[in-house]
Amino acid sequence: MLDTLSHWLVFAQEGPSLVPAGTNEAADVVDELAHAAAVGPWANLAYLIAAILFIRGIKGMTHPRTAVRGNLTGALGMLLAVVVTVWQLGLLPLGVAIVGMALGAVAGYVMATRVQMTQMPQMVGLFNGFGGLASLLVVGAETHTHFAGAANVSEAACAAGVTGLIGAVTFTGSMVAAGKLQELDMFRKPWSFPGQRVANAVLLLSCLGLTFLMLGGHGWAYILIVLLAGVLGVLLVVPIGGADMPVVIALLNSYSGLAASAAGFVISNNVLIIAGSLVGASGLILTGIMCRAMNRSLAHVLFGKLQAAEDAPSADDVYAGKIKATSAEEVAMLLDGVQRVVIVPGYGLAVAQAQHAVRDLANLLEDRGVTVEYAIHPVAGRMPGHMNVLLAEADVPYDQLKEMDEINPTMSQADVAIVIGANDVVNPVADTDPKSPIAGMPIIHADQARTVVVIKRSLSPGFAGIPNPLFAADNCLMLFGDGKQVMVELIAALKEAA
Amino acid sequence: MDLITAITIFALAIFIGFEIITKVPPTLHTPLMSGSNAISGITLVGAILAVRSGSGFFGALLGFIAIVFAMVNVVGGFLVTHRMLEMFRKKG
Repeated sequence: MLDTLSHWLVFAQEGPSLVPAGTNEAADVVDELAHAAAVGPWANLAYLIAAILFIRGIKGMTHPRTAVRGNLTGALGMLLAVVVTVWQLGLLPLGVAIVGMALGAVAGYVMATRVQMTQMPQMVGLFNGFGGLASLLVVGAETHTHFAGAANVSEAACAAGVTGLIGAVTFTGSMVAAGKLQELDMFRKPWSFPGQRVANAVLLLSCLGLTFLMLGGHGWAYILIVLLAGVLGVLLVVPIGGADMPVVIALLNSYSGLAASAAGFVISNNVLIIAGSLVGASGLILTGIMCRAMNRSLAHVLFGKLQAAEDAPSADDVYAGKIKATSAEEVAMLLDGVQRVVIVPGYGLAVAQAQHAVRDLANLLEDRGVTVEYAIHPVAGRMPGHMNVLLAEADVPYDQLKEMDEINPTMSQADVAIVIGANDVVNPVADTDPKSPIAGMPIIHADQARTVVVIKRSLSPGFAGIPNPLFAADNCLMLFGDGKQVMVELIAALKEAA
Repeated sequence: MDLITAITIFALAIFIGFEIITKVPPTLHTPLMSGSNAISGITLVGAILAVRSGSGFFGALLGFIAIVFAMVNVVGGFLVTHRMLEMFRKKG
């Protein structure tokens, strides 16, 4: 260990050197370098092809018809890049690398095949974090070995500092996000402390300052950058509440790509730079879509707080005497003879794992000639596209999933809107009260349907912490209970009535 | 490769990213995220390069750990994306 530390410390005096001091190792390295120089241009051409495959792959992922092929194209690009890298190294000294790859492949396979669709948000969070961690470790190894392969130490040092910063924020931030999504006790409540923003700024500036130290040749500063940025990642994500998770997950997705790209600068590797920046761009686009869907700026999601105005009506004012509780039997009668039903799912659907029961209800209704559609709000759930994945798992055809902008103009023609586990995304206050914390947020106009049935455990407020006048509206019936349980009762009642 | 070349490649790739992902249907938000996340596992290439001889014990150790995590990212990411997309496709 001492030897290792001294290795980092003497970096300043030695400057960059491709050949380390150990003599027998030096001969290996010279051989290896000769081989790498001979295959270098070919390897770079192959990396270019891999990069093109990534671009084709990501483009494919933006259309349902080409998505499967797009994903496979991306995987092919990855295979090519890895095979070429191994070949570039002359197929030796692969013993260790193969063991590592086998371990990672088995772990990845088990995780990907065992995960439930309802656990997908935390899974994506974990994978984001692993990507960031891998990038910062790669640069750690590279910093340790004197920026070998980089044309210029100072540029590589700068990029190394940035990789450490982004990589560590991605890693710890994603772990906290995954912990929150898994609802681990320690992350259950968002917490923050006074001066947290100042602390974040100090941490960020320290990391940038340490990057300057690295420019001066102090490789050890990298360790500090990673530690401080790790703390920063935790502090950034810990105060963020559940309903803002789609933004956080999309942003961390972007960061994991940018970390890989920065690592590409350090080791002068084109394919890392290109693939990483593609992912960075894709994550930023998703982040933007999520923010627009909440009518909030990214800064407000990350650092702001949702607060109800002082003179906002209290829950008692809004609900007193106006709530009409109903029963499954009553709703079954209501659904008898209707023509068009719109189902509005929210995070509560995922919590109750009610997607299959909802599909069963929809099938039953369709058998009776009813048109059933689903109105999906972009930020419903805990990650971008969460509801779509859940309903697809339950075999709901995706042409029945309607986007908010598509379904809203026709909501007034719906006989019944069934809101299950959603709250803020159907709160009409967003349109009517400019002082509300969700003012201006685009909502699904469930209130315009002839009758609204809201399936919910209680009248507790949603993430924004404000009462929902929809629940007290004349055309609204509340069906209290667990989403899945209620669906099962509703299906039984419908069958009985038939 | 000098810094300007690297920055050129970076900037162009960012623009390509923005241009090709013009409108993502919400149906595909999650698969796009997990699929692109798998692509960010490209850092695996750097990890393999990091365990080459000459990295010393510590460098190789970091590289090894990086390989494991990057590989989880790559294999898990592409696989779970495929699983999701198959669900979308079977009644498309």
